[in-house]
Amino acid sequence: MYDVIIVGAGVIGCLTARNLAKYNLKILVIEKDNDVGNETTSANSAIVHSGYDPLPNSSKAKFNVLGNAMFDKLCEELDVKFKRIGSITVAFDERQMETLKELQERATLNNVKTELLDKTKVHELEPMLSEEIVGGLLAPTAGIVDPFNLAVHAMENAIDNGVELKLSTKVESIKKVDDHFVVNDEYEAKVVINCAGIYSDVINKMVNKDDTSFEILPRKGEYFVLDHFNRPFVNHTIFMVPSEKGKGVLISPTTSQNYLIGPSAELTSRDDNATDKLTLSDVRRQASSVIPNIPFYEVIRTFAGIRSTPSTHDFIIEESKTKGFINVAGIESPGLASSPAIADYVVNEIVGKIIKLEPDTSFNPCVKKYIKHPGKMICKCERVSLQDVMDVLNRSCPPHSIKGMKRRVRAGFGRCQGGMCQGDVLKIMADFYGVDRMDIPYDNDDSFILVSKTKEEN
Amino acid sequence: MENIRKVDLVVIGGGSAGLASAIAAKENGIDDILIIEKEGYLGGILEQCIHNGFGLQTFKEQLAGPEYAERFIQRAKELNIPYILDTFVTTITPEKDVFYTNEKEGLVHLQAKAIIMATGCVERTAGQIQLEGKRLSGVLTAGLAQKYLNIEGYMVGKKVFILGSGDIGLIMARRMTLEGAKVLGVAELMPYSNGLARNIAQCLNDFDIPLYLSHTVKNVYGKDHVEKITIAQVDEKFQYIPNTEMDFEVDTLILSCGLIPYNILLDDIGCKMSSTKGAIVDNNYMTSIDGIFECGNSLHVHDLVDFVSAESKEAGIAASKYLKGILNKSSEDTMVVNGNGIGYVVPQKYDYDSIDDSITFKFRVRCPMKNIKFVVSVDDMEIKSIRKLAVVPSEMEMLTIKKDDLIKGSKLEIKVEEVK
Repeated sequence: MYDVIIVGAGVIGCLTARNLAKYNLKILVIEKDNDVGNETTSANSAIVHSGYDPLPNSSKAKFNVLGNAMFDKLCEELDVKFKRIGSITVAFDERQMETLKELQERATLNNVKTELLDKTKVHELEPMLSEEIVGGLLAPTAGIVDPFNLAVHAMENAIDNGVELKLSTKVESIKKVDDHFVVNDEYEAKVVINCAGIYSDVINKMVNKDDTSFEILPRKGEYFVLDHFNRPFVNHTIFMVPSEKGKGVLISPTTSQNYLIGPSAELTSRDDNATDKLTLSDVRRQASSVIPNIPFYEVIRTFAGIRSTPSTHDFIIEESKTKGFINVAGIESPGLASSPAIADYVVNEIVGKIIKLEPDTSFNPCVKKYIKHPGKMICKCERVSLQDVMDVLNRSCPPHSIKGMKRRVRAGFGRCQGGMCQGDVLKIMADFYGVDRMDIPYDNDDSFILVSKTKEEN
Repeated sequence: MENIRKVDLVVIGGGSAGLASAIAAKENGIDDILIIEKEGYLGGILEQCIHNGFGLQTFKEQLAGPEYAERFIQRAKELNIPYILDTFVTTITPEKDVFYTNEKEGLVHLQAKAIIMATGCVERTAGQIQLEGKRLSGVLTAGLAQKYLNIEGYMVGKKVFILGSGDIGLIMARRMTLEGAKVLGVAELMPYSNGLARNIAQCLNDFDIPLYLSHTVKNVYGKDHVEKITIAQVDEKFQYIPNTEMDFEVDTLILSCGLIPYNILLDDIGCKMSSTKGAIVDNNYMTSIDGIFECGNSLHVHDLVDFVSAESKEAGIAASKYLKGILNKSSEDTMVVNGNGIGYVVPQKYDYDSIDDSITFKFRVRCPMKNIKFVVSVDDMEIKSIRKLAVVPSEMEMLTIKKDDLIKGSKLEIKVEEVK
């Protein structure tokens, strides 16, 4: 019998697992994919919002502001790339300047520091911005983070502190039996936490059959990724003022010295992470109004991520009417910024009131430091060595796919997108796991890369 | 104190360009050379090009890629040119410091007097062409599929469609067919093929593989792996033409959408780069940085390896002159202008005084044309013109101009003119 089962290993599930690991509990995390952080966590804007935007007194506002402040210590302990670069929301006319002033008032209510900038100051901070921009709202506490590795390192740390992780295991059923739950007729637990992201309404209905209190509306965001380049571009995350036309796109540096441009926002189905030219050309048009002459020839990839927009328009973080079953659902933007605070709240304020939390004195909050090693270079574009690759394979939350390796160490993330190194990574992983190269997938388990051998084995 | 080893000439890359330039430098009196190769073997990408057709220009015979490479590797070994394998140059500086790393030595700092960049090219990816649809396995570049098949001995799929009519894609269409795969077609965005005519004939026509010109892939479907693709016809502005969609049930989409010079080192140090993503060089293949040369596919993408070898030989000779103090960086380089109809010209500038007796310009046209002439002018005065019945962007053109026809300090332009 587990004390707690967490369904879903996105950034919320991983951070919650890590927080629970601070106590003497038996914990299991069940994930349908072959890696953690494989859905929304790995396909978003990678922004730690300051918290000026959510409506005051909403869950979004509360967790965003609390969560943002936790990132420095958390990312230090988990050795995750995080930089407080600040965000600037830009206005194109006096009406939008008025909106910025309203947003500043909201920021004050949310207890977020902001500064209104005039045209001169905006262009002083960001010389590449369009001359049409008349002012901006600077939020210095906004930051950028590597969200996938936040999830991976949190899970690594959780596993190092005793948490169990079952990958490639889809939750098909959750039954309440007496005072506990049985998941997939196999795993028993006193408490179940639903962190299933875009599937969280499906998981909720396994327990609360007639619960119509929330639905998840999968929403797609499409992005461009630009390569590294040695020329000035932007230093802050640049937002547009939300208008009747929509939220607008953002332009932001990433922690890997790339740039992200996007997202679009369109309702879609849960598995539709396809990109299309029409949507991306609209993203491009909007971004070009903010920065003319964006070097789109530096685009190395486009992608789409699916977000869990809740029908309630606010985070759902509560024990459901079935006692012991906790929903952590609808964690859309600013979900990433909120994630550490959500994980704290779930453990201390919800789980702690159901079962007794007794601190584990042996808990170590830090992962072993990630160091870039010299030596035989596997990925040339991103300069990832054989030792860097071996290091993550030997950690407690290792990758099982090419994509998992790519997101952890960046092998294949660069200009050639793995054209040069994918074969080498495949061989290293197959050798490490003692399987044939045909058995290492690109992404999920059915996404094979190689289908057959051309020669018989000796 | 850091122990900095000094080397006269560092050649970065041990493929066709690196080998030919190092051999030429050695044959011209430079002994202190080091070739640095990132892979575990010399020869570069030629090692996976097991089809024949290499060497017709250089050796007057048809060789397979590895055979062609072997001739240069043997020559480099006869000349005792030092090389290190499995070694990656992480950084160079304008002062010609070279930092490399490998398993044995860790991180090493060299001080070179001259550097030849021979780092080759990479394939244009799904991201760069902004391929629509999902990011599924089964979509991969032709060169990667070729490496899996010819080096590793694995097939990537059984039912294949190819996007782009670049030469590697055409070669792979034939190669995968011979290995038992069914290649259902090749789509090319442009209204003309981007591969060599001989490859269209020998790799597609001979195997009844259809080529869909002015077509591109509109969508890629599948759960985790490619299951189906849709292609559609495009108009002259590359917009989809309605109701021209065709579906193909395939497990593999191979991309052969062009090659791009690979210059992660030069980009970082402020070297002046051209629109082709290679360095801007003069007639001695010297970049905008004194003593740093570039040649081969990292300078501009060639159709034939024979041309790479010839160009790299010239770069190697130039580097040897530089090291002997015969060749200095010119203070007044003269610009070469891409005139009407010309996509690019290499070299992009020339240093009049250092020309021996002529310069060969290499260039490509922007689009296929018939009945034209190439006109070369110096300060708007025509000095040479050559009739051509037909030209295509996929074939590199060459023109040799005598030093006597050039005027020091004058602008040179190459352009296309219609012949009435």
